[in-house]
Amino acid sequence: MPGLNEISLRPGAPDQYWLLLPIVLLPALGALVNGLFGSRLKRDTIHTLACAMVFTSFALSVVAFLQLAALPHEARHLTYRAYEWFTVTLPAAFGSAQDYRIPIDVAFRLDPLAATMLLVVTGVGSLIHLYSTGYMAHDESPGRFFSYMNLFTFAMLVLVLGESLPVMFVGWEGVGLCSYLLIGFWFDKDENAKAGMKAFIVNRIGDLGFLVGIFLLALSLGVLSFPEMEQVAAHAPTQLTKPAFDLSFSLFGWDIAWRPAIATIAAICLFVGAAGKSAQLPLYVWLPDAMAGPTPVSALIHAATMVTAGVYMVARMHFLFVLTASGMAVVAVTGALTAVFAATIALTQNDIKKVLAYSTVSQLGYMFVAVGVGAHVTGVFHVVTHAFFKACLFLGAGSVIVAMHHRQDIREMGGLKALMPRTRWTFLAATLAIAGFPFTSGFFSKDAILWHALARDSGRYGILPPILLTLLLAGAALTAFYMFRLYFLVFGGESRADEDTLAHIKESPSSMTLPLVVLGALSIAAGLLNPEALHALGLNVPLTFEGWLAPGIEEGVPAVGIAEMRKPFELPLVGASSVIALAAMGFAWIWYRRGPSAEAERLAARVPGLYALVLDKWRIDELYEATIVRSLRWLARAGHEAIDKLLIDGIMVHGVAGAVNLTGRVVRLVQTGRVQVYAMAMALGTLGILYKLAVPSTDFEARVDGRSVTVNAAEGAGYEYRWDFDGDGRWDTQFGAERRAEHRYRKAGRHEVRLEVRNAFTRSVGEHEVVVRPGRRRR
Amino acid sequence: MITLGHYLVLSVAIFTVGTIGFVVRRNLLVVLMSIELQLNAVNLALVAANRFHPASHAGQVTAFFIIAIAAAEAAVGLAIVVSFFRLRHTVRTDEADRMRH
Amino acid sequence: MIPHLLTALIAVPALGAIAILFCPRQTPRFLRYFAMAVSLATFGLSLYLLPGSLGRAGFRLEETVSWIPSLGIRYHVGVDGISMWLVLLTTLTTPIALLASWESIQSRLKEYLFSFLLLESAMIGTFLALDLFLFYVFWELMLIPMYLIIGVWGGGRRIYAAVKFFLYTMAGSLLMLAAILYLTSQYDTVAGKASFDYLDLTRLLLPPDTQLWLYLAFALAFAIKVPMWPLHTWLPDAHVEAPTAGSVILAAVLLKMGTYGFLRFAIPLFPNAAHTLGPTIGGLAIAGIILGALVAWRQPDAKKLVAYSSVSHMGFVMLGLMAMTTAGAVGAVLQMLNHGVATGALFLLVGVVYDRRHTRLIEEYGGIAKIMPAYAAVFAVIMLASIGLPGTGGFVGELMILLGTFSAWRAFEMPRLFALLAGTGVILGAVYMLSLYRRMFFGPVRNEANRTLGDLVGREAICLAPLVALVFVMGLYPRPVIARIEQDARQTIEDVRAKQRLGRDLTEARLLEPGELSRTGESIDLEVPAPPGVPGGGQ
Repeated sequence: MPGLNEISLRPGAPDQYWLLLPIVLLPALGALVNGLFGSRLKRDTIHTLACAMVFTSFALSVVAFLQLAALPHEARHLTYRAYEWFTVTLPAAFGSAQDYRIPIDVAFRLDPLAATMLLVVTGVGSLIHLYSTGYMAHDESPGRFFSYMNLFTFAMLVLVLGESLPVMFVGWEGVGLCSYLLIGFWFDKDENAKAGMKAFIVNRIGDLGFLVGIFLLALSLGVLSFPEMEQVAAHAPTQLTKPAFDLSFSLFGWDIAWRPAIATIAAICLFVGAAGKSAQLPLYVWLPDAMAGPTPVSALIHAATMVTAGVYMVARMHFLFVLTASGMAVVAVTGALTAVFAATIALTQNDIKKVLAYSTVSQLGYMFVAVGVGAHVTGVFHVVTHAFFKACLFLGAGSVIVAMHHRQDIREMGGLKALMPRTRWTFLAATLAIAGFPFTSGFFSKDAILWHALARDSGRYGILPPILLTLLLAGAALTAFYMFRLYFLVFGGESRADEDTLAHIKESPSSMTLPLVVLGALSIAAGLLNPEALHALGLNVPLTFEGWLAPGIEEGVPAVGIAEMRKPFELPLVGASSVIALAAMGFAWIWYRRGPSAEAERLAARVPGLYALVLDKWRIDELYEATIVRSLRWLARAGHEAIDKLLIDGIMVHGVAGAVNLTGRVVRLVQTGRVQVYAMAMALGTLGILYKLAVPSTDFEARVDGRSVTVNAAEGAGYEYRWDFDGDGRWDTQFGAERRAEHRYRKAGRHEVRLEVRNAFTRSVGEHEVVVRPGRRRR
Repeated sequence: MITLGHYLVLSVAIFTVGTIGFVVRRNLLVVLMSIELQLNAVNLALVAANRFHPASHAGQVTAFFIIAIAAAEAAVGLAIVVSFFRLRHTVRTDEADRMRH
Repeated sequence: MIPHLLTALIAVPALGAIAILFCPRQTPRFLRYFAMAVSLATFGLSLYLLPGSLGRAGFRLEETVSWIPSLGIRYHVGVDGISMWLVLLTTLTTPIALLASWESIQSRLKEYLFSFLLLESAMIGTFLALDLFLFYVFWELMLIPMYLIIGVWGGGRRIYAAVKFFLYTMAGSLLMLAAILYLTSQYDTVAGKASFDYLDLTRLLLPPDTQLWLYLAFALAFAIKVPMWPLHTWLPDAHVEAPTAGSVILAAVLLKMGTYGFLRFAIPLFPNAAHTLGPTIGGLAIAGIILGALVAWRQPDAKKLVAYSSVSHMGFVMLGLMAMTTAGAVGAVLQMLNHGVATGALFLLVGVVYDRRHTRLIEEYGGIAKIMPAYAAVFAVIMLASIGLPGTGGFVGELMILLGTFSAWRAFEMPRLFALLAGTGVILGAVYMLSLYRRMFFGPVRNEANRTLGDLVGREAICLAPLVALVFVMGLYPRPVIARIEQDARQTIEDVRAKQRLGRDLTEARLLEPGELSRTGESIDLEVPAPPGVPGGGQ
């Protein structure tokens, strides 16, 4: 078979790190088996298979992690290169004669950053798979569900481990696909299907930005794999930083010069992709709708893993982002605005999952602030702690929802703390973490973000740090408030559920509570991996996380350091953020500890317009609907009705056809059907031709030019001409075939020009014309 | 002395009669007869020309061709007329316009 | 090795078609199996194209027989890395299309099978012809069976659609014929001998003005076939009215004739004109991408939606060609194959429910993912391939096209917005395909008639299986395909660029000296002399 000899699998290569292959492929195998045969397998088999694949993958990840950690700092990367995927040949666009080729390999690469995400994805993923066996115990198509879940894990692992941007993009769109499939998992409801579609399309908008970013990097760097790009960025940063675009424009008479570097444009493009995936302004709208999916899906995809992919990508591309101050500023400001914006919406929501969804959007904003100010380690650390406490919150919410018979409105809940103790305690732990209660994981990671937002090299940002800090502190207060509002409304006070529901509320099975306990514990304790705040208090605790990650993603390339002059603010900031968090919690306790709060309602009634607006999520969806969607719909209709049907088909196509038809109708009148008329016409035509042949045409034109006249006779078959230029009756030329003749007059004045034409039948006809040769005096 | 001119005048006269007959008459049979007249006028001219330029027999040979073709034409033409009559019960040319519609 | 392989490829289906004429009409089963055997034999033969296809650019397996010596017309066929895949696509889709119409075509079966095999022969001939006269003969020959397939076995408005299809394509190709004749007369004048041979005519350098008119005539013929916006309105009608198998062939192969014509004939023969008009045609391609996608989005008829999606997708292919970069051209050819596979499969899939319900209106369906899970799964895979999800073939092709276009704005003054605008087509592609999928498969089952729909049967599964497999092969391991396309696409683009330089200031037609093209390898004059040392990017 041709072609097989070219397959360049490279199993023999000594530096191949084989273990990555089963880590990535096992979930894919599970997805394949469950997807193809799921309808014929028993439920238990499906569960076992799906969980086994992810757990094995997790176990192998731990092994890989340990092997990686055993390596010295500078050699901490392990690669598995499967085969060459394809090669892009770019033109000699840059002045060199040769085309240059970018080979893109299917290759996976493990480094500290990837290993961190790998452990989160497979670890939290395993727990959520386990949880799903309980949550989806009565669903009618478990095969499909677990196939999608495994497929998601596979795609996420490709995203995390991909060695180059295109391979990462495979995972990037792959997780988007799984998100689409899982959001619309219960597709027989229209809203679910629509929510899935919305997620996919909004993500695609972001993905276009990602693609353009890839193009720019491909064109300016000529390489696309992360280590190679990093090398170029480190050794030839001018490649990325010199102005490459002229986007200067004129606005109201002001000429605004903007000549951004490739790095800036590429970073912003990539960030557009990240904003789509990680639900940042203005592309966050899909995430709240995504809550239509089963709750474990929300926990896995829309809290712990997929939505943090954007943060991961920015950290992965840190060498690009640090080269562009404006690009980073865009990331940080977008993050901060999103953090506050989403938190305000979360204040008013009454759907337990919606509150958590907006809270996720808000927390993702914090992560982007961190990576946007150059504190990549801190950003990734918040990714990790957030994965723990947000997964715990969602799974807890799922546990509540199951108990409440799939009711999600927190106004109908309350008093669940006695009925569901394990869910309650783990939920509380996670709530404390997200609210930033001192010494929980969320406290450490969020406090570090606040600190870095303020402290990172201010020269690059000017007045930005205090603005970011203010926004983030406001966000922190809001977060603590709405999270405890949620907690108290669900678990505190008296139950507001109806009798029937109340009678059936019971704690979830251990397959669901076990993951809760693990995640709850991690929510509290994981902060000790990187307790930066303790340093401010003077305790010299080792910063494990930073030691693990910083060499890869914060050092090496010209990094953004911490401004020394801000050091004194560290301790006050820790204090301030703790106080703010505690105060907000206390406020929530005062209002909501016994259930819905009359004070809150009064407050809402005082500003009804604002309240309605926030409750309606600032009506951003409606805004998009009214502007973008509607104009596209209009364009689609115009394209079809006006252009295709009317202009092209109606006027052009049918117009041409109509013209032909009309001509046919007119010409048809001649066709009488009477032979004799035809014969008559034929006879007349024949006579005409005969006449033409018999009597030569004698037209000629004479042109006087100074003294001479040029004559030019009409053409005819077999004609011969002779001329008499002065009308004296004597022919000046003999018969000849030449149509043109020229004659010089000696005298000025009128002359008669005569022509005689003889045709092939030797018939000759004469013609004459008078020409005037201008005299010299008249000139 | 009868010259070629005399023959040709006669030939032209017969041809003109045939042509006018072909164009103005409405009876298919008469139209066919007119065609025969035209053909015979041409035959006459050819044979006469052969008489005055006897070196080659082109005139007579062509006349024979024409006679053969005229016979064939008469046979086919009459057959068409007969079948047309069966179809339409008329032999008027201006009613033979089925192909137009 | 099979002697006269290319002739055999053209002759086997043609002879099969003639043989069918002599078979008794009363034995439909025999007729079907016979036609299937012929098309499978052709497919088997076409596999022999693969050995030896890698390593050297240029035509292989050439065969030349003098045909009309006084006019310099020869029977000259040959295959390269570009046409080879298109021939394989043709020979693969023909048996699939025959299998798809196994039960749905009952009337005039003999004529149907005759038309189909004749069509296959003409399509293969078009891809293999290296003599412009021969190419034109096959090009027009293709038209007749397709006209019959739409006009005889089509739906309600089949006559309208067939005539529209015929006249549209005929109008373009007549102008092309005139241009071919003028081109050969120019060659006659310059070279002193008549020739219609492609290899001879590509050696002719024409002044840019002359090129412009000839290019326009060629481009019109090809653009109608592609179809490029705004010459596309025959396509939705033809697709909607054609029987499923006809749609499959139309989408999978016939549309590729247009883009293949651009790459093989229009651009290499008239490189300067192609360069001058590149942004214009590229702009039309973008209009096609965006408007095609938007119009597809609002279609109530599933088949029409897929037809308009073809307009959008073929816009991508044209954009890749107009970029005149290697990446763009390779991506374009790759995308032709991907589109052939994915859209062919989409038409098969629409045909599946049409056979059951006899309606193509999307609103008649809804919620059938529950009732036909296997069908829904296959549809989903093909849909994802169509919107170019990574891992399916569509992604690699689109990536290369966009990258090629994106890089072209530096090298060839392609407006830089083009790639970005085309990129919105990727988004809109997701919009219309997902909304089709949602409306057909998701939501509650609204129409009671859908509750009893049967899932895919064996015959349908056999039709779809190779296409689904190809979707993944082309997405996960496209390298063998790309390597073969690239060696010739790269050569073509390099020759075109060299000819552009030589022909830029030409005032009179002349012939290229042997080896002249390879000597003009100096760097191109650029608008932006800019960047890179491209570290590590060399090889």
